[in-house]
Amino acid sequence: MTARPVLQQADITRALTRIAHEILESNHGSSDLVLLGIPTRGVLLAERIAGILERLEPGTGRVGALDVTMYRDDLRSQPTRSPQPTRIPEGGIDGKTVVLVDDVLYSGRTIRAALDALSAHGRPRAVRLAVLVDRGHRELPIRADFVGKNLPTSVAERINVRLLETDGEDAVEIAGGAE
Amino acid sequence: MNILIKAATLPDGTRADLAIRDGVFVDAGGAKASTVIDADGLQALPGLVDLHTHLREPGFEQSETVLTGSRAAAAGGFTAVHAMANTSPVADTAGVVEQVASLGDQHGYVTVRPIGAVTIGVAGERLAEIGAMARSRAAVRVFSDDGKCVHDALLMRRALEYVATFDGVVAQHAQEPRLTEGAQMNEGALASELGLAGWPAVAEEAIIARDVLLAEAAGARLHVCHVSTAGSVEVVRWAKARGIPVTAEVTPHHLLLTEDLASGYDARYKVNPPLRRSEDVDALRHALADGTIDIVATDHAPHPVETKEAAWAEASFGMVGLESALSVVQAAMVDTGLLDWVGVARVLSSAPAAIGRVDGYAAAFQIGAPAHLTLVDPTARSTFGVDHLKGRSINSPYLGIELPGRVVTTIHGGVATVLDGELREPEEVARG
Amino acid sequence: MKHLLSTRDLDRDTAIGILDVAEDMADVARRAVPKLPTLQGRTVANLFFEDSTRTRLSFEAAAKRLSADVITLSAKGSSVQKGESLKDTAQTVAAMGVDAVVIRHDASGAARTLADGGWIDAAIVNAGDGTHEHPTQGLLDAYTMRKARHGDASRGKDLDGLQVTIVGDILHSRVARSNLWLLTTLGAEVTLVAPATLLPTGAATWPATVRHDLDEALAQNPDVVMMLRIQSERMNAAFFPNEREYAREWGLDDARFGRLRPDTMVMHPGPMMRGLEISAGAADSARSLVLDQVTNGVSIRMAVLYLVLAGGAA
Repeated sequence: MTARPVLQQADITRALTRIAHEILESNHGSSDLVLLGIPTRGVLLAERIAGILERLEPGTGRVGALDVTMYRDDLRSQPTRSPQPTRIPEGGIDGKTVVLVDDVLYSGRTIRAALDALSAHGRPRAVRLAVLVDRGHRELPIRADFVGKNLPTSVAERINVRLLETDGEDAVEIAGGAE
Repeated sequence: MNILIKAATLPDGTRADLAIRDGVFVDAGGAKASTVIDADGLQALPGLVDLHTHLREPGFEQSETVLTGSRAAAAGGFTAVHAMANTSPVADTAGVVEQVASLGDQHGYVTVRPIGAVTIGVAGERLAEIGAMARSRAAVRVFSDDGKCVHDALLMRRALEYVATFDGVVAQHAQEPRLTEGAQMNEGALASELGLAGWPAVAEEAIIARDVLLAEAAGARLHVCHVSTAGSVEVVRWAKARGIPVTAEVTPHHLLLTEDLASGYDARYKVNPPLRRSEDVDALRHALADGTIDIVATDHAPHPVETKEAAWAEASFGMVGLESALSVVQAAMVDTGLLDWVGVARVLSSAPAAIGRVDGYAAAFQIGAPAHLTLVDPTARSTFGVDHLKGRSINSPYLGIELPGRVVTTIHGGVATVLDGELREPEEVARG
Repeated sequence: MKHLLSTRDLDRDTAIGILDVAEDMADVARRAVPKLPTLQGRTVANLFFEDSTRTRLSFEAAAKRLSADVITLSAKGSSVQKGESLKDTAQTVAAMGVDAVVIRHDASGAARTLADGGWIDAAIVNAGDGTHEHPTQGLLDAYTMRKARHGDASRGKDLDGLQVTIVGDILHSRVARSNLWLLTTLGAEVTLVAPATLLPTGAATWPATVRHDLDEALAQNPDVVMMLRIQSERMNAAFFPNEREYAREWGLDDARFGRLRPDTMVMHPGPMMRGLEISAGAADSARSLVLDQVTNGVSIRMAVLYLVLAGGAA
């Protein structure tokens, strides 16, 4: 089974930079911005975007992590998952604009769980969604506000997001599917 | 029923034809027979005698009855069993022992010899009517409070002295009650880890030590039930060397199984006395081989399923053993080279019969002697299963274990109770 | 993890995994809404054949914080007291469609018997069985020690080299057993201190140092001193002469407490007999982690319920 590369390191950096700009544009007066990554790779992406935001407009890079394990609706059909830490930045999320960050948007169920998880931490003014890759096949009425790249895929295919911090390189590839 | 058994291998290894007529062995030369059994390759043993069986009737018929227990015994190669006294009512009067004995006679699978209680209600307070039981039609010679220890030293002394008057023997269940309060399994590191109250070896050994001294002082016969520890073996060995008239028994399970089996809290392995260490098993095997322990007795203890499907501490003590006894003895003693078939015939037939004063077992296979025998195929091996169990209860520790040997034929007083490996129907056996 | 029956059969990684999940559960308690929807639609049965209000409440709180439905059966006044067997109760509960059974029983091995009996297809969590084990207590104690030592950096850590001294009725203590196995697995060094009569036979073969003299043991400067409860029924069973002598020889009184290092953790599984096994001063001091133990108990039980229930068929 071969993996087909679709994004290289430069593409990823470009995509995240664009997302950062879009976030700032759509959020006039960005003082109430909070980025929450969804573990594991969403957290890393959120931190990168926050870094870019901080360079563009210092003071806007508040970032944390939101674990959704305990809110998933597929716990019974999957092997046991170990939850990851949730970190809400100083100041909380009440009245803030929260941008959820994940690597791949697929069925939408993770984001559904994230919205539930979020409500246990407070009441944001608005919630937005940023993803590196949107591969389609939504099962819930959820869409991303900021998308790095739209990648039409078949259900049989798999998207592998590899990041420097965890995998030693930045790359997105499509694996599997009908040969 | 005239039976001719051809080419059986006797315990001493010689081969012979055996003829049976009118319940006794007769000269095989030219004998005519209605039933001919080809015993080529089969080991002939004298009918087995169990000195320690719980038949549960009267009172606990949901566990076993005289009939079902007799059938289990016959299936295991036994032709005589001693029925323990802890029934309800307790066998502490002539009436109860006569009833049990006559039920045994009526069914005919085995000779049922009732054991009389030492004390009324096995309560350990006042002597039961030992004389009446001894002189009854049941002619009781073995007296025991089994399940409970006659722990009061004065009472034990009196029992020994009194029973001796009637040529009886006290079979003591050696268990110091205070040292075993709440005890669940052999005391040791495993019991401590499992959180089960330990059953110290000394609780057995201390009573045996006391009792052999009391027997010596009283000049009376003492029999020690189900010896389970290496220390007990040493005490018995010392007593015998001193000339004290003591005999001792070991159960099949104490010859084969060890305490490790308790580690899963499966109550099938819960028994009194408890399964011990492998060092104890080893000592018991050697003691049986060298005669320090005289006999094997099953302590066949049937219990209904629900009393074993419970948390360990709440489950009943005991295992059924009649159907598996010979196979276990073969596995533990014969196949290990510790005992030959002459030895098996001694520890499972002539010696227990002598202790219980059961006539007809002193001269096995002799012309004119009662025809009690069993034929076994020692080369057979099978996985022990519920289908091997012929009594009413299935609380066997051997289910699923492969055991050697198979009882092919059992004959009690000239009447076949097992033929071609099949237990015969009650009507056939009762008809004789 | 299908069941939690003992700490004896937990390996190091599994044990640390449970403690780490408990860290996340503890975070939940500090949030605006201290509740998770994780076990919605699942039912946890608390079968308490032996009374224990503290443990029962702790499990109830844990199950409810995970949104499970909880049914509770206590021995008092129930069919259990009327002699209903473990098997019958288990089958009754199974017929109600229960996903997990939390069982407290006065017979050692009852949880194991329930798990192996084939009477019920639920996850079994041992909440204390006789004098065998009390695994969630062992886990919460380990969690409390790890937290006190490593604070927010606890995740992934073990108890390497921690010196733990457990004092009192080891013989009858399921807490001592669960702690001994788990702490040893996590790399701690355990010392057991008790009169000879309250030490189990064969304790010498356990992975612990056994002592009879409390002052000698405390002179070794342990990191943790865990005092066990002396049950009143032991007083009259010739395990020791009387309360006064016990308190004098094996109690953590003010003088002994005063000689401890300032950072020594003092623990007790509760309920405490102040003045007998532990002085009020020691129990209520800043070094006492007794209330942390109670708080952490809920997090540990949430973690255990999550781990036995969340995993699917895979």
